[in-house]
This record gives sequence, C-alpha cells and structure tokens, in this order.
Amino acid sequence: MVTALLFRDLKLSVRAGGGAMIGVLFFMTVVAVIPFGVGPDLNLLSRIGPAIVWIGALLSALLGLDRLFQTDREDGSLDLLLMQEHPLVLTVLIKCLAHWLGNGLPLVIASPLLGLFMNMNETAIGATMLTLLIGTPALTFIGAVGAAVAVALPRGGLLVSILVLPLAIPVLIFGVSASYAAVEDPAPFMPPFLILVAITMFFAVLGPLGAALALRNAND
Amino acid sequence: MTQSLAITKLSDLANPTRFLALAARVLPWMGTVTAVLFAIGLYLSFATEGDYQQGQTVRIMYVHVPAAWLSMMCYSVMALSAIGTLVWRHPLADVSHRAAAPLGAAFTLIALATGSLWGRPMWGTWWVWDARLTSVFVLFLMYLGLIALNRAMDDPSKAARVSAVLILVGFVNIPIIKFSVDWWNTLHQPASVIRLDGPTIDGEFLWPLLVMAIAFTLLFFTLHIAAMRNEIWRRRVAAQRRLAARAAGREA
Amino acid sequence: MTHTFYIALSYALTALVALCLIAWVWLDGRARRGELAELEASGIRRRSSQPRDDADQSDKP
Repeated sequence: MVTALLFRDLKLSVRAGGGAMIGVLFFMTVVAVIPFGVGPDLNLLSRIGPAIVWIGALLSALLGLDRLFQTDREDGSLDLLLMQEHPLVLTVLIKCLAHWLGNGLPLVIASPLLGLFMNMNETAIGATMLTLLIGTPALTFIGAVGAAVAVALPRGGLLVSILVLPLAIPVLIFGVSASYAAVEDPAPFMPPFLILVAITMFFAVLGPLGAALALRNAND
Repeated sequence: MTQSLAITKLSDLANPTRFLALAARVLPWMGTVTAVLFAIGLYLSFATEGDYQQGQTVRIMYVHVPAAWLSMMCYSVMALSAIGTLVWRHPLADVSHRAAAPLGAAFTLIALATGSLWGRPMWGTWWVWDARLTSVFVLFLMYLGLIALNRAMDDPSKAARVSAVLILVGFVNIPIIKFSVDWWNTLHQPASVIRLDGPTIDGEFLWPLLVMAIAFTLLFFTLHIAAMRNEIWRRRVAAQRRLAARAAGREA
Repeated sequence: MTHTFYIALSYALTALVALCLIAWVWLDGRARRGELAELEASGIRRRSSQPRDDADQSDKP
C-alpha cells in the first residue's frame, strides 16, 4: 500500500501537467532573472549566488505545493485516503515524500547548473546542493500543512505560499548559512548544517501531523 | 446546519448566550477601567524625567513595549483557543481565535511602527534587521496569513478548525523562528549598529511602563470580548437568514 | 531635544491604530445588532430565550 501510493503519486507528478517540470523551469527562470536585476558583475553574483539559488528553490518548492492534496480532492481519492484504517499521518508522509521526489529532487539536481550561472566555485556549488538536498524536504513537510489547510479553497495556491513562507524562514536561514560557511573560512560548516538536519527531521514529524489534522477537519 | 446547532448547543462551560449576557455586563466596566488606566498611564509617561542616554525618546517605550508584549500574548491566547477548538470543539473557542487575529495584527503593527520611530533618532535608520524586530515582523506576517485564511473560507466552523491547526503549527514554530533569526542576526551583525538592549530599566520608568502595560492588556481584552460578541451575532444573523430562507422556500 | 516629533508621531500612530480598532469593533457590533433587530422585526424568531430551535424548526410544516 505504501509503495503503491508512492509510485502512483510519483507517476502523477512527472506526467505532463503534473507540475514537476514547471517547478524546475520556474526555478531556472527566477535565478536567470537575478543578473538582470543586480547587474552582470561576476564577483557580486558569486557572493550572493548561494542565497539566490536557495531563494529560487524556496519559491519553486512553494509553487507546486497546492497540488499536493488538491488533485486528490478533485478526483475523490482524498476521501478514500481519509477513510482508510491506515494512519492518515503515514499516508500524508508518503504523499510528501512522493511530492518531494517529483518536485523537490529535480530542483536539487538543477541547482549545480544554476550555480555555474551565478559564478559560484565548486565548493559553494557542492555545499548549496547538499543543503538543498537536506533542506527541501523540510519545505515540503511544512508546506503540506499549508496545502492541507487550503485544500478546500478553489484557488488556494497563493494563500499556501503566504501561510508557509514565514514558517519556512528557519530553513532558509540555516540552508544559506551552511552554504556560506562552506566557502567563507572563519565560519564552521557543521553547526548550521546539523541544525538544518534537525529542522528537517522536526518538520518531518510536525508537518504530516498538522496536515493530517487539517485534512480531517477540512473534510467532514 | 451543524454550525447553528453548535451555536445553540447548551454547553456547561459557557454557552454563547451566557457569554453574551456576561459580556453585556462586563464590557462597560472594562471600558471604564481601561480609559482610567490610560489616563493615568499617559499622565505618568509624560510626567517622568527623560533618560540621560536615550533622552526624551524613552517615552516611546511606554507604547512600544506594551504593544510588543500584546503581540505575543495575543498569539498565546489564540493558541489556547485553537486547542479549545480542536480538543473540545467549543464554539466560543472558534469565535475567540477568529476575533483575536485582527487585534493581534493591529498591536503588532503598533509595535513595529513605534519601534521604527524609536529607531530613527536612536540608530539613524527607520529599520534595522535586528533579531527582535525581525521576529516581530514575521509574527505580523503570520497574523496577516491567518486573517487571509479566515476570510477566504465560507463555512465559519470549518475555517475555525482549519486555522486552529495553522495557529498551533505556527505556535510550535515561533521558538524555532526566534532561534534562527537570532542565529542569523549574530552572523550578519553590522558593526555600526548600537547595541539594542539599552540600560537596565530604571525604577522611574517602571511605573508608567507597568500602568501602560496593564492598560494595553485591558484594552485588548475589552476589544477581544466585544469582537467575540460581534462574531457571535454575525453567526446568529447568518443562521437566522438561512432559517428564514428555508421557511420562505417551504411556504412557496 | 528634537525628538519630540518622533515621540508625538509614535503616540499619534498608536492612538490612530487603537481608535481604528475601537471604531471597527464598535461599528461592527452596531451593524450586527441592527441586523438582529431587523430580523426580529420581520418575524424571524430564534432568540437566545428559546434555545431549542432545531426542534422548533422541524415541527414547522
């Protein structure tokens, strides 16, 4: 049942219209637009590069979130998931994982390319990719709460972003801090990185719990 | 229909009808006491001497600190009401956190604006990305998100339960946000900014501050009770209109 | 001290926001009370004095 749900959601998200590719495209577009705003100064770009890549990833991760439960609600499968004797928290966790594999992982894979655009060196690119790999699941988990809260709304996508962004600030702070710490000498890399890991694990518990609670309350 | 049932349901704790009666009796008194306290507090805050370091601007503290305190207390009140909504399904708790959100946003706005006005003569800039200011700003965004969510939903009882989940998730997150903003701030602390935690508060400033804090808190509770009463009335009007429409439909 | 301006502005702003809040709560309450009175006048009866309205409404033909 767990793997079946995982594969079903994955297939739906990579299918045309699933939104996974749209997220990556949005990510690349946002990062590509930054030089037009701040100018083509390569030193400046390499200095703000990790931050820009992180912000781009944050925004793109939010972009696809409203589809997390809404498609299931539209075709009625959400009611089936709610009625199962399987714990709903686990179901939500699986759905989050599938959503991350479909929408978050492509962002991580695309980030080195964008790092090159931003004139970042190899260490910075590697650190940014690693922190994105650890941090984007947290964005999906905390975003699941927003998606579940706004599931009943016809056009909840923008609202989800507004609700989730303040809660995602810690992820952004520690992700960017760790990326910078890998490049700049005095700051140690491990403390912010480990805190990022801790935040991800904490959200992996809190997110599905809150989302399951919201889904139960939004649907009776 | 569940909503009007929930409203008319007689609960032993405090049913909305009893709450309305209590509010009608208590509100005038609370309003009077608040006004008196504000008069005393305002007199005290302009009668005391200025601080030798901060000069006259220390008077801004008398409105800034109570507003900042209320911005946090209001979220705690909302979190408690959210628990009431989710655990006991208490109709008054629904009404309580819905009515509190705009009040919290307003007091947070006061705290931000007066902080900015205090910062201008003290640090020479309107806004500093100081840890405390930033946290309060994030709190403000959370309030606005909650208001937006409440407004976007038609069914009030569903909106109450769903936003209760969000309030609680946000409440759990506030310490994390505070911690991360502190971390971020020590990382990026610009050298030119004066340290923000000024001298320890003198006894002279304590009295006006205390009176103003109590006055602000009472103002919040007065407005909260009045806003809750409005919300109950709003739901009754909606329920009665639905009943009227149904009755009209049956007659036709 | 030239700080008077900032002090006055911050107190004025606080007063403005607080007064807006009070006015909003007050006017909202008055509007709701008016609506309730209007419904009452038009004969739709579901007052707090008769809390068993679900029974009452199902009795209606």
